Amino acid sequence: MEKVVEIIDISMNYHTLDGETKAIQKLNLDVSNGEFVSIVGPSGCGKSTLLSIVSGILKPSVGKVMVNGKEVQGPSTSVGYMLQKDHLFEWRTIIKNITIGLEIQGKLNKETQGSIEKLLIEYGLYEFRNHYPRQLSGGMRQRAALIRTLATKPDILLLDEPFSALDYQTRIAISEEVWLILKKEKKTAILVTHDLAEAISMSDRIIVLTKRPAEIKSIHEIKLTCNNKTPITCREAPEFRFYFNTIWKELDIHV
Amino acid sequence: MYDSENVIVSQEHKRYLMGHKRKNSAISFSRFIILIFIFALWEIAAYKEWIDPFIMSQPSRIIKTMASMSKDGSILMHTGVTVYETIIGFVSGTVLGTMIAIALWWSDFLAKVLDPYLVVLNALPKTALGPIILVWIGGTTKSIIVMALLLSIVVTIINVFTGFSNCDEDKIKLLKTFGANKRQILRKVVFPAGIPTIISTLKINVGLSLVGVIVGEFLVSKSGLGHLIIYGGQVFKMDLVMTSVLILAIVAAILYLSVLWIEKKVLKMM
Repeated sequence: MEKVVEIIDISMNYHTLDGETKAIQKLNLDVSNGEFVSIVGPSGCGKSTLLSIVSGILKPSVGKVMVNGKEVQGPSTSVGYMLQKDHLFEWRTIIKNITIGLEIQGKLNKETQGSIEKLLIEYGLYEFRNHYPRQLSGGMRQRAALIRTLATKPDILLLDEPFSALDYQTRIAISEEVWLILKKEKKTAILVTHDLAEAISMSDRIIVLTKRPAEIKSIHEIKLTCNNKTPITCREAPEFRFYFNTIWKELDIHV
Repeated sequence: MYDSENVIVSQEHKRYLMGHKRKNSAISFSRFIILIFIFALWEIAAYKEWIDPFIMSQPSRIIKTMASMSKDGSILMHTGVTVYETIIGFVSGTVLGTMIAIALWWSDFLAKVLDPYLVVLNALPKTALGPIILVWIGGTTKSIIVMALLLSIVVTIINVFTGFSNCDEDKIKLLKTFGANKRQILRKVVFPAGIPTIISTLKINVGLSLVGVIVGEFLVSKSGLGHLIIYGGQVFKMDLVMTSVLILAIVAAILYLSVLWIEKKVLKMM
């Protein structure tokens, strides 16, 4: 399969007056088209930093990232980013929140508006387009945030713990939904998460990172036997526990 | 949300609502009684000459003063002048202060350089600058407005700048992922997110500008409630002083309530 993201020899150091912190060290990773990759690792190991580098808002100290064969120089339209909270702006209606990316890129026109309307109808937010975020439930808000990310038509989605602010039930329902949407829209996705079960149920591949400075500890191809594969049915697959235990041991968490 | 008219309210809830209503009206009633009591006591004390009405004035004399001043329209004129100066002062203080706060947000370097100056200016009692302004600008309305502006602008700069700086980093990051430049970040998130801060600053500024205007009118002393107060004090017309102070209290309350009303409207729109 064709590679859409190539992370080549990335190192990242943070400088403060107290000294230098090595966040990432010589990391290499390829992601293929349409793949769903999860990155797990001990907290504070530089997972979010890695996503920021891929998205182009942070420049790595060493190394480069190629997206669709071109070197990342700054934020690009081919990469979409979803953050931990939905960050819908309270002073904008849902539709205005969703179009903000297009507004910034100067691409708000009849055509893009039409495609957004289609997304809204398809994912059940059309009636709420003129509502304000506070009038929506947590799950709907997260769905609106996803449509906001999809509105600029990125090929690759970076998901930075996008479900961690939701309660457990909503979280499972919304991760199922997001997964289905991403598969339907044929997007490549890189998910950073703390939730092993979430990572195993959603991913084709899981990357385990070491403690800081982050390096790749291991890579797991996730092959679950379940019919009608979705994150929720995957949770019932017999291999699920095996992956969970293996990765859990690798994370080597001591409280 | 339920439509309260179409819902059968239980007896218990009715009792709760009644109790709530009763408590509220008791509070309003007590407030009113206190006001009546103070004025009545004042009136009686002056009438029985427990206090000297020449020095302490008297509600009936205040009413007389108000009546005679209404007749020649001077009361409206002086109140109007004070209100006008206050509004100009606090609107310009808020607008200029916000603009400077934007500049400070834009340039981290500038903000760091100017920080100690702002701290000192904030701590300095601005009324001390009154005579200087009077000499530099002259005994005109301009001086009074500058005084009002000076009192409100430093607080505005500090508050609004803090508000801008406290804007959620992740919201800014979100816009950056779309490739937003600094101007877009300001316009789309930092400024709108700062509007509640700006409005709460407006509430502080109304009071501060009024202080500035009254001090300015003390110094310039041509017209306005401040002028009436200082003039009345100098010629020992305590009725005039008390009348002006009373009107000032009403003006201050109305201005503050107007800002509260604007705040409610704006926050509702957001």
